[in-house]
Amino acid sequence: MDTPLVSIQAVHKRFGDLEVLRGVSLDVARGEVICIIGPSGSGKSTLLRCVNALVRPESGRITVAGIDVTAAKLDPIALRRRVGMVFQQYNLFPHRTALQNVMMAPVSVLKQDKREVEARARALMAKVRLQGKEGAYPGELSGGQQQRVAIARSLCMQPDVMLFDEVTAALDPETVKEVLVTIRDLAEEGMTCLLVTHEMGFARDLADHVYFTDRGVIVEHAPPAEFFGNPKDARTREFLGQVL
Amino acid sequence: MTDLPVLLPFRPPTPRPGLEFLDGRWIAYLALAILLAAGAAQAQGTPAAESAFSVILKWTPLIGSGFLLNILISVIAMAAGTLIGLALGLCQISLLPPVRAGSWLVTQFFRNAPWLVMLFYCIFMLPFRITVFGEVVEIPNWVRATIGLTLPVMANVSEIVRGAVQSLPHGQWEAAESLAFTRGQTLRQVILPQCLKRMLPPWMNLYAIVIMSTPLTSIVGVEEAMTLTRGALNAERRGDLLIPMYGALLLAFFVYCWPIARLTRWLEQRNQVRV
Repeated sequence: MDTPLVSIQAVHKRFGDLEVLRGVSLDVARGEVICIIGPSGSGKSTLLRCVNALVRPESGRITVAGIDVTAAKLDPIALRRRVGMVFQQYNLFPHRTALQNVMMAPVSVLKQDKREVEARARALMAKVRLQGKEGAYPGELSGGQQQRVAIARSLCMQPDVMLFDEVTAALDPETVKEVLVTIRDLAEEGMTCLLVTHEMGFARDLADHVYFTDRGVIVEHAPPAEFFGNPKDARTREFLGQVL
Repeated sequence: MTDLPVLLPFRPPTPRPGLEFLDGRWIAYLALAILLAAGAAQAQGTPAAESAFSVILKWTPLIGSGFLLNILISVIAMAAGTLIGLALGLCQISLLPPVRAGSWLVTQFFRNAPWLVMLFYCIFMLPFRITVFGEVVEIPNWVRATIGLTLPVMANVSEIVRGAVQSLPHGQWEAAESLAFTRGQTLRQVILPQCLKRMLPPWMNLYAIVIMSTPLTSIVGVEEAMTLTRGALNAERRGDLLIPMYGALLLAFFVYCWPIARLTRWLEQRNQVRV
């Protein structure tokens, strides 16, 4: 195997007295899809935020595509060009249309040619099945539609890795599927994806590897068939018993 | 507050209000009240005395020119206070602790000082004349008074800016950051455009307070509408004119401020309608 695209080693993070991550390590190869599951408060979202340096860990080492994320003199801009992130609350910019949301960062951060970006943005809108909604403001779109615009917005930066932080947790049940289908398309095209999710069926079908976190550590990890078919740790079994 | 659309109460799309914020009825009522007061004053005066109405008309050009000074002072204080206040407000959300603390202190100090005291302070502490390139430039009273009013405007705008920025959900910053925006780009392209709409109604409220505070400058001798009205009353030497003359001045302020208040209300309502 080549060097992993994302490598996380012995990462620790505390917020005040609360130790959120207590020595987490995992590797993700290019093109791999990993799912991180676990009870809320187990540090899943913090772990994702460490990968694009929204959160800086106290110790441990993270590298993404050869960039040392934990270096003291990190250039966060260079890192975030390579890493896309989609949030639970979509976080679209409400004062801009869907198309403008998708185009903003490549035009003003990467200084790419506006016409080129627009062509790419329109193609991405079609890819997330939102053709015809380019001129709509986020407030005029449903949750599932907003989330798909958010995915297109991240993709327009042409990242190497995508981070998904419970992206379906705030959605109506009927719109969850349209977002999952979008992520599935992406994974099947070979995008490296790190997903924090509560969608167990989705993790089972799509992930190459499943990680179970509890109280800041990875309790167990395995390919999905093994993970869901034959969980070894008592805590994993208890969690799966509750959610399945 | 929530930004989950599913948690927001359903609001039927109301028709966007038009220009009905300019409701003329109240202006008409007030004008009527002042005319009645003027009529009463005339009834009490000696038959030979000039009618209150014609006295007011006679003095209108002079007092009107004073009122223009009120407007000028308020506009300059508001413009300068907004520019400095904007910078001060942005300093209040700076990542550098000393900048944040310093701007916070300045804001709190000038926001919690009485306007009249600040006015006196500026009138007596600022130099009466300064020397620029060897030329002596007089600083008139009204300019120093304007500076005195600029300080509280600055502090209030600073708080409006800070409040508006902090009222935006944190996710907006996170999303911009994760898209590789710098802090400056995030402020200019994501945060401030959303803040402008939130800042406009409180900013216009502040302006209404500023214009209504300009008569304070009469205490320090600025020849604005209030000073000139008092001067006119001294010249007429007629006690029965007190109520109609000051009433006319009230009406002038009311006619100027009312549309602003209505426009502010209209903007607030319109912002509420749009989710």
